[in-house]
Amino acid sequence: MTTAAGYNFGYLDENSKRMIRRALLKAVAVPGYQVPFGSREMPLPYGWGTGGIQVTASIIGPDDVLKVIDQGADDTTNAVSIRRFFAKVAGVATTERTAEASIIQTRHRVPEAPLREGQILVYQVPMPEPMFRLEPRLAETRKLHALADYSIMHIKFYEDIARTGHIATSYNYPVMVDDRYLMSPSPIPSFDNPKLHRMPALQLFGAGREKRIYAVPPYTKVRSLDFEDHPFQPIRADGTCALCGSRESYLDEIVTDDRGGRMFICSDTDYCGTRAAGQEAAE
Amino acid sequence: MSPLLAAQGLGLRFGTVIALDDVAVEIWPGEVVAIVGESGSGKTTLLRVLSGMMPPQAGRVLYRDPEGGQHSLFDMPEIALRRLHRSDWGFVYQNPRDGLRLGISAGGNIGERLMAAGHRNYGHIRAIAAEWLARVEIDPGRIDTLPRNFSGGMQQRLQIARTLVTSPRLVFMDEPTGGLDVSVQARLLDMIRGLVAELDLAVLLVTHDISAARLLAHRIVVMQQGRVVEAGLTDRVLDDPQHPYTQLLTTSVLSA
Repeated sequence: MTTAAGYNFGYLDENSKRMIRRALLKAVAVPGYQVPFGSREMPLPYGWGTGGIQVTASIIGPDDVLKVIDQGADDTTNAVSIRRFFAKVAGVATTERTAEASIIQTRHRVPEAPLREGQILVYQVPMPEPMFRLEPRLAETRKLHALADYSIMHIKFYEDIARTGHIATSYNYPVMVDDRYLMSPSPIPSFDNPKLHRMPALQLFGAGREKRIYAVPPYTKVRSLDFEDHPFQPIRADGTCALCGSRESYLDEIVTDDRGGRMFICSDTDYCGTRAAGQEAAE
Repeated sequence: MSPLLAAQGLGLRFGTVIALDDVAVEIWPGEVVAIVGESGSGKTTLLRVLSGMMPPQAGRVLYRDPEGGQHSLFDMPEIALRRLHRSDWGFVYQNPRDGLRLGISAGGNIGERLMAAGHRNYGHIRAIAAEWLARVEIDPGRIDTLPRNFSGGMQQRLQIARTLVTSPRLVFMDEPTGGLDVSVQARLLDMIRGLVAELDLAVLLVTHDISAARLLAHRIVVMQQGRVVEAGLTDRVLDDPQHPYTQLLTTSVLSA
């Protein structure tokens, strides 16, 4: 284990890490509540995962194994650079295998493979406030959270159904955590929402620009908002993965030429690769 | 029987300006009380204090809940006061833009209070919204129209529908006919009068329009410079005014 000279372990200084850990403890104690924290400048721009990277930096230890995914994939720019960053400043082992990781930092997806106790899922969150498009005053949204008054979220769904016949929110689909706080699950597809419910792993959410941290402790009830006669329905493209043949996983649609050719492949590269390797071995 | 809302000894100053000076008002179930007076007489301030939006510097406001319990308005926790404003009370603003969400359809505007009250069935909410649009004389076919595409009179009627949908017992109205032309005013007043009788509402109405007060109100409270100068039954106050200011007010009305 070697860390780059001149950097503290995990890049952040110890006092910043303690401050973030205090916010994390509070966030775990009050599931779904957005805890303000003093977000630090990080060596990457806002919107590239400054919140998630600070959370990871303050919980990571020398024995941890880190996996970073971006839209489900381990090999995209954001995932590669963050993984390399922690390999450099913390000297930790990294992996692309979901089952082997102790910390998984993610942008926009929850891995397909079920997570287990002891794992930590760190989400990068661009906008922690689920109601910000409906109520622009953050002081007012804090009051709405305090009073647990979430009717404006239902108005948005009402408008969706009135216009399109169904709830037209396919990602960043708001959830109620432990029947108390309305929470943005970060821009994951609504397909992933059911995985948040009673997940054995700890889920931490970091929003760097908005300076908020929130958390869902293991086995916490997470319910997607809906109407009695228009129940929540996760959205999945009606197709089969061209590489591993999965009919269950979340799919990316890829345009292959300019004559309308397209194919679907799994967005979770580890899940897809593991399945494809298993099929080859079977043959 | 006891009053829905009772205020005693209300006092409030803005610097040296006296907005309320020892004001007492009571509103009983099912009655319409009009507060009249010229601009700057403290009418709107009184309405804001009585509805819990602004605390007075002196005096108290007592509210009686449907179970008969008495609550001092400004000792209630904010959460209870907010719930009150969404259930047992309603507030109709002079400018419908203050009371409506202009970017949300008419149906959504009416549905908001229902959803705040815990309704979670889309079909049910929509049916109630359509029914209320018909009651305030808006074509239910326009349930998905944005209020910003409605005329001023329609916006005001929509605001009233949105306020009354949870069947409040007490409604505060701040110049509900202000800014509307005369024929639209007449229709609106007619509609409010019908709804008040039908739903057995108590209404506290602030207006500078004496004829609106005569049409709607059972009782009138006349204010001048933050003081109540005269109060009584509408006919008595308007046909036999005792205070010089009330006399001036009633004789200032132009008859067409």
